[in-house]
Amino acid sequence: MPDLGLSVLLKGKNMARLLGGLWVALRISLIAVAISLPLGILLGVLMAGKNRVVKAILRVYLEFIRIMPQMVLLFLGFFGTTRAFGWNISAELAAIIVFTLWGTAEMSDLVRGAIISIPRHQYESSQALGLNKRQTYFYIILPQAARRLIPLSINLITRMIKTTSLVLMIGVVEVLKVAQQIIEANRMTSPNAAFGLYLTVFVLYFLACWPISLLARYLEKKWR
Amino acid sequence: MKKMKFLLVMALLGLLVFSLAACGGGDASGSGDNGVVYRTVDEIKADGTINIGVFSDKNPFGYVDENGEYQGYDVYFARRIGEDLGVKVNFVSTEAANRTEYLQTGKVDIILANFTVTPERAEEVDFAAPYMNVALGVVSPSDRVIESLDDWAADDEMIVISGTTAETYLINNYPDIKLQKYDSYATAKNALENGNGAAWANDNTEVLAYALQNAGYTVGIPELGNQDTIAPAVSKGNATLLDWLNDEIVALGEENFFHEDYKATLADTYGMDYMESLVVEGGAQ
Repeated sequence: MPDLGLSVLLKGKNMARLLGGLWVALRISLIAVAISLPLGILLGVLMAGKNRVVKAILRVYLEFIRIMPQMVLLFLGFFGTTRAFGWNISAELAAIIVFTLWGTAEMSDLVRGAIISIPRHQYESSQALGLNKRQTYFYIILPQAARRLIPLSINLITRMIKTTSLVLMIGVVEVLKVAQQIIEANRMTSPNAAFGLYLTVFVLYFLACWPISLLARYLEKKWR
Repeated sequence: MKKMKFLLVMALLGLLVFSLAACGGGDASGSGDNGVVYRTVDEIKADGTINIGVFSDKNPFGYVDENGEYQGYDVYFARRIGEDLGVKVNFVSTEAANRTEYLQTGKVDIILANFTVTPERAEEVDFAAPYMNVALGVVSPSDRVIESLDDWAADDEMIVISGTTAETYLINNYPDIKLQKYDSYATAKNALENGNGAAWANDNTEVLAYALQNAGYTVGIPELGNQDTIAPAVSKGNATLLDWLNDEIVALGEENFFHEDYKATLADTYGMDYMESLVVEGGAQ
């Protein structure tokens, strides 16, 4: 086996630092996910609804977030808010806010898509059974939409976890930045450390995202 | 038709929001119409903590060691600044691309991240007196050391990394030298080792470090062309901190502080031979 420079992981507190970086990344993404899933579902239901004005506002919000690269959003959230309004929020809070805005926007569109994909006869059948609008939504439409949502939202959640690698641009030291720091600090003594460290980061991201995939598979089976 | 109209309204609305956001950014980037962004020396002292932006992955200038402590030439200086101001230093990890932004929003008080002084940057931030030199250097195999570019053999090729100052400099000043361009440090290094080119031009700190780590290579030209300097930078208009820094750099010159800094942080990488050419003491030149 070629020398991957894995020995640098054992130097000092390097491994603990990497895990600390992973925790920072997970803290940002999971808080954002926890807020944006319910908010996204709420907005998605509104977007699938009939109110023109509400739909228009949500559409503008969605398009604005969607066309902006996450990097630009992070710069706007961290540096832009200081320039425009003089707010001085911490980099991590700025990252959580940006990720929440992004997650909510994308989630709402996924929910909207899932709801309008429920065939018309489902609405008509439940009406024929005498259910009112609210009951139709809660007992017929949303449970079916939820099942269709699982793979889509898993994609979004894992993407949110992985995109935390951008927050280093606003000074948050997360797992990838720690890896780069370790690689550079050992540039002279173990030039191969880059391979070993990126491999380790890959494994760490995998370990973080895999349980979410497992949960998704479990839910898909259970809700069949 | 109705749908079309609706879409049009949406698009216009979107554009409006977008341009508003863009304008907001544009206005504020002028000269702080929303008040002063920076903190004066007294405010920093009163607060008890100074925020200093450094690199966290540029060994040996600013990096984090295996215990999670910031180290390096820039960091050594930053610690001394904290000591002399009597405040705690809060290190902020910066990237090359966001150093100016940090100062313009006042999120750090000083940038000490190997910041090369250029006229373009000087319009956006205020540079204090320099504390280091940076120039281009040329490394070549020891059996055929290139010591001058004036008698360059017509069929020799020079290795450069695309987008570096070395590339621009050679194109402007030595248009006759054929260049071999590589995208990364690693590929350029391989090219030199395989004998694809006669020599390799890059930042002199890089080539010096390379020659020291790889036997059989010599830096024939340690300083090429116009020398640039590296200096601390503060937010535009922060006169009290700028004056304090300039006085500090002069005062430190009297105790040969930056030579000590070099010995503590750079000597392992560059050896002692280049101390005088790299270090700027007392801001003088």
